[in-house]
Amino acid sequence: MADAKVIPFGDEPRSRRGTGGSRAGAGKRSGARKSGTQGALAPVPQQRTPAEDGPQEAAKEPEEQGGGWERRIAGGLAFLRRRITGDYEVDEFGYDRELTDQVLMSMIRPFYEKYFRVEVKGIENIPAEGGALIVANHSGTLPLDGLMLQAAVHDEHPAGRHLRLLAADLVFVLPVVNELARKAGHTLACAEDAQALLERGELVGVMPEGFKGIGKPFSERYKLQRFGRGGFVSTALRAGAPIVPCSIVGAEEIYPMIGNSKTLARVLGFPYFPITPTFPWLGPLGAVPLPTKWTIQFGEPIETKDYPADAAEDPMLMFNLTDQVREQIQHTLYKLLVQRRSVFF
Amino acid sequence: MAESAVRTSQRNIQALTWPGGRPRRPGRAGETAGDTEGKALILGKVVLVTGVARQLGGRFVRRVQRDPEVDRVIGVDAVPPEHHLGGADFVRADIRQPAIARVLAEYGVDTVVHMDVTGTPLGGGGGRSSVKETNVIGTMQLLGACQKSPTVQRLVVKSTTSVYGSAPRDPAVFGESTPPKSLPSGGFAKDAVEVEGYVRGFARRRPDVAVCVLRFANILGPSADSPLSEYFSLPALPTVLGYDPRLQFVHEDDVVEVLRIAAHEPRRGTLNSGTFNIAGDGVLLLSQCARRLGRPTVPFLLPAVRWVGSALRTVGVTDFSPEQIRLLTHGRVVRTAQMRETLGFEPKYTTAETFEDFARSRGRGLLPPEVLARTVDRAAGRVSGLARVVRPRSEASPAQASSSTESKERI
Repeated sequence: MADAKVIPFGDEPRSRRGTGGSRAGAGKRSGARKSGTQGALAPVPQQRTPAEDGPQEAAKEPEEQGGGWERRIAGGLAFLRRRITGDYEVDEFGYDRELTDQVLMSMIRPFYEKYFRVEVKGIENIPAEGGALIVANHSGTLPLDGLMLQAAVHDEHPAGRHLRLLAADLVFVLPVVNELARKAGHTLACAEDAQALLERGELVGVMPEGFKGIGKPFSERYKLQRFGRGGFVSTALRAGAPIVPCSIVGAEEIYPMIGNSKTLARVLGFPYFPITPTFPWLGPLGAVPLPTKWTIQFGEPIETKDYPADAAEDPMLMFNLTDQVREQIQHTLYKLLVQRRSVFF
Repeated sequence: MAESAVRTSQRNIQALTWPGGRPRRPGRAGETAGDTEGKALILGKVVLVTGVARQLGGRFVRRVQRDPEVDRVIGVDAVPPEHHLGGADFVRADIRQPAIARVLAEYGVDTVVHMDVTGTPLGGGGGRSSVKETNVIGTMQLLGACQKSPTVQRLVVKSTTSVYGSAPRDPAVFGESTPPKSLPSGGFAKDAVEVEGYVRGFARRRPDVAVCVLRFANILGPSADSPLSEYFSLPALPTVLGYDPRLQFVHEDDVVEVLRIAAHEPRRGTLNSGTFNIAGDGVLLLSQCARRLGRPTVPFLLPAVRWVGSALRTVGVTDFSPEQIRLLTHGRVVRTAQMRETLGFEPKYTTAETFEDFARSRGRGLLPPEVLARTVDRAAGRVSGLARVVRPRSEASPAQASSSTESKERI
């Protein structure tokens, strides 16, 4: 993935590459994007505001444009060629890495960067290699928090890791959604799939609250629900993978759910049917999420390697670990909420 | 039915002249009566293969015939095969009839390879009910005969991965022990589930017989005649809107090879009794298959697909069974670790290679991938030519050209 002259910011990206070494593309992108915050990485001009950026970029443009466009088009055509001839690989879960990197992530990125302005903390708590289980809170009526979590790991992690989310079975029943979910690397939240992924050294994301979390009323925001039956702990124990607790702030307010039409939900076969101040009153317009400001904080990993082999069979230990993870997420949530200036900024 | 029972006796001359029951080991000679004196020292295996009128059965018979430890191969089917069996004896017998027990006893069969578990009637005749009868009743008769036979030592049954069903609520990858969330409700998959049930019962009653059940993923290859290969031969592939199933294939050559491994004594360090998933490595999505095949897809809503399927079935274009629609909606992938580690079998073809081999044997589609690729290449050439004219000093080196991934995202 040589992206030598692609980034049109003069020589700055190159020097950054020097520090980044052989980091994968995702890492570089984030480095370039977060030029304001990552002071240690770049020796060249710091604290550039967009206003400063503007003229510089404009000055570079005539020089860089021709080659850049040519390469972009050539790259696009090469991608197109691979796609239309079917010459790409998917793994056994249906994960289409190329499509995810180039199309699906580009579709999510505007939401991630511009709409929800996600701030990521503690990304270094995700191990650079090997399996790990990221356990996050779940909220927001629609599982946008999962997608943002995936984008956060994809764009911010220095090793360019890919998050494999475990999704509810409803996702795989719905047409189109199931296809996209599989291609984005999601799979069914069951012990078999989770364990298979962890054993292959993948980064697995799970939201153990499930529908209880995502479909809870607005009045209960940021109150963690029961963590399922703690199956995720035994899966992590079996695979010996560390558990990374993750707290997501901001997702609760995107669709403030003030009511739940049980009848409609039953008719449509959904676990809940949200009623928000705008939905379904304003129709499709009401389905636009509120532009809240998000923070995703990854906590200290909880190691599971040192437990004995039969630890996964010990319900007491499992409940304790589940509680530990839950407490840590809840605690971090409260801390982030106290620090938050406003819901939208 | 009665007719086929009569036909059973019309064996070929060679078969009739054979003296019958031959013990595998000298120690067993006493049990199988004294009709083998003088020949008891021949220590070859006698393999009985059912379903030899099909291409795959025929191929297996021809292959296993060449193995040195195999002394004799007896092919059984209700209809005579159109292909040659490479010197194996063909016995025309319907496995739904008790006559199969006589065949087992007469030849002193010690290895039974049951391949007559199939989804489609041979040569378009018969229909679903006779297929089901052959699958289920045939298996029961055959197993009954095996249970009575003192000589049978090994039973290999060809099954299918469709016993797992395919449902959105299933795990993405099935292991041999994964219980299906929704049992197949009908069709070939249900037959296979029932067949496996009877085979388990047989294994319980005859613990001395080594029983191997091979669950094959979709079998493809130049000569495969499965419903799926018919589907892929359609000029345009009807698909289910909003679903892109994951498919796994296994090549005919690998099928024959793994049947051989299962039919012989296990090699050192391996075990060939039990249930094994057999599939090529890797996964192809249906959309990928269509593109590699160069056939356009026509997405339908799920209810419409069912309707189109039954319409196609009525005109007899292809067997578009509900079960196949489910496969083409949700897909199915199996874990093959047991196949590698326990059975000691490494497939020669991956899923993608199997499909490539299959695609090569079929004609070009409406949108051949080579043509599409050439079109794109031409466009790419034109773009770079244009850019060179506009800015002669920018040289696009191949390394830079391949940096597609990054540049596209930055647009």
